Amino acid sequence: MSVGYRALESAALGRPSKRRRWTRRYGLATLGGGIIAIWVLIAITAPLLSPYLPDTVDVVNRLEPPSWTHWLGTDALGRDVLTRLLYGSRISLTTGFVVVLVSAAFGTLVGGIAAFARGRIEEIIMRVTDLVLCFPPIILALAIAAALGIGTTNTIIAMLVVWWPKFSRLARGLVIVQRSQEYVEAAHVVGLNPSRILMRHVLPNAVGPLIVLVTLDIGNAIITFAGLSFLGLGVVPPTPEWGSMVAEGRELVDQWWVASFPGLAILSVVLGFNFLGDGIRDWLDPKSRRR
Amino acid sequence: MIRYVASRLGLSLLMAVLATLVIFLIANTVPGDPALAQLGDVAASNKEFLAQFRAKWGLDLPLWERYFIFLKGLSRGDLGISIATQRPVLEDIAAYAPATIELATAGFLLALLVGIPLGVFAAVRRDTWIDHAARFISLIGVSSPTFWLAFIMLAIFYGGLQIAPGPGRLDPIALPPPQVTRFFVIDTALAGDWSAFHDTLAHLILPSVVLAATTLGLVTRTTRASMLESMQQDYVRMARAKGLRERAVMISHVLPNALIPVVTLGGLAYANLLSGAVMTETVFSWPGLGLYTFRSAAALDFPAIMGITLVVAVTYLLINLVIDVSYALLDPRVLR
Repeated sequence: MSVGYRALESAALGRPSKRRRWTRRYGLATLGGGIIAIWVLIAITAPLLSPYLPDTVDVVNRLEPPSWTHWLGTDALGRDVLTRLLYGSRISLTTGFVVVLVSAAFGTLVGGIAAFARGRIEEIIMRVTDLVLCFPPIILALAIAAALGIGTTNTIIAMLVVWWPKFSRLARGLVIVQRSQEYVEAAHVVGLNPSRILMRHVLPNAVGPLIVLVTLDIGNAIITFAGLSFLGLGVVPPTPEWGSMVAEGRELVDQWWVASFPGLAILSVVLGFNFLGDGIRDWLDPKSRRR
Repeated sequence: MIRYVASRLGLSLLMAVLATLVIFLIANTVPGDPALAQLGDVAASNKEFLAQFRAKWGLDLPLWERYFIFLKGLSRGDLGISIATQRPVLEDIAAYAPATIELATAGFLLALLVGIPLGVFAAVRRDTWIDHAARFISLIGVSSPTFWLAFIMLAIFYGGLQIAPGPGRLDPIALPPPQVTRFFVIDTALAGDWSAFHDTLAHLILPSVVLAATTLGLVTRTTRASMLESMQQDYVRMARAKGLRERAVMISHVLPNALIPVVTLGGLAYANLLSGAVMTETVFSWPGLGLYTFRSAAALDFPAIMGITLVVAVTYLLINLVIDVSYALLDPRVLR
């Protein structure tokens, strides 16, 4: 009875029902999380999902359009596009997570130290950060990756070099806000040592925006890695990878399925991370929270 | 004010020179060998030839000496000679830059012309379908890989529907306009060649849409957030209280204040467009800095890579400087 009354009341006030409010608040994040979960599952179970192998060449059946035997068609070497796409999720997800988590850990630590050390150390650390930030990431990564040579590990290294500064910038800003809070002063007065205060008290309180940036940035890293692969720097062929699959199908405008589907895969997984990150941001920030 | 600008300018220059050192160290401590990349395995197996090549390009000198030579050249405005094209790097950059600037400007204008109104509508009609649609469009824009979007656009509008021209800046059989500014839009108009002018514009459409996609998302979202923020200010309540119509409140009170953060973002986004052009230009065979960068990187042409990075980094720093100075002009508190 009371539930019916409440529904009536919210209808009378023009207020969305409880269910719609839930959808508005958590819907986007849940959708994003769901997309990512599906891709992670695919990456783990790829061999079970397809009867083909990603690098079996079948020249007789090359450039077949999508059909019941090859759902997404075959590429120029007769390899099954769907199979390569499923296997490709492994590289994309791994590189995305590795690049962002490693650079977030390193950047946060550097930025946290800078904000906490103050004075000359802070000045030096932040100037170095600015120095790396003033390079356009893709150009610098391109130069480094080209110089190191083709390969997944080398490309990850190149990306790490240019990826950490934004995290140290953000972490420093967050810690500066926190360091003048009373609980930090209290911790100082009690006599805790600075590294303990930084790790146990300040960082946990400043972690919200960092989580948002990490989530949004994994999508970014996946696009950048795929881009470097597209340019021929990321993976060594015949490794199945989405960016290089698009590159292989670049000239095949009439055989659109070769390049289109891997691109859609990238779009979907990146969209997943952006939905999730956006949802978390709305959640953490009362000002942008949707009613 | 002058002191502030001078000190910021000095700092920017120092950063730019430090930037060359970073690039130089990276370029010279990584395992890639430019001599091998340039000569190929066969020629490089000839020891005498290899030594000659290294001596010619100064690859046999110690590291610090090479950097010193580079700095000395830099102070005379000389960025060295590209190993791949055998031309002065600065000349190459001057030849390739206008195509990129033309493309980036078109993409930038497109992103602003669509993104700002979209963001404004999303904020004014908050939580309606317009808002959701704007959010969806901007998220799609941010999430699409540029190189794939470029392919899709070409496949649909050039390959499929055949309503858009193919890659490049002009029709392959057309003669390029007389070189005055190297901006084809301006050059064709100056020459009075209107069919070439139309051809140039038509060739600009697809790549600039592709290039604008990411920026469009950022502009829309920043405009929306900043509109919502300034809609809650007291002067807006005041304007409403004195009986202004909603449209007037939005256009003359909310929007101007909401655009300040968009200007900041715009400056940085423009700088990013210049580098984001790498992917777009590669797919569209657009003879700009992006394509030049890609080719130089693939050939391990370090003089060229250093030149481009330096030029882009300086551009980035200059745009930042302009933003900072305009902030100082808008907000006197910055100077204190």
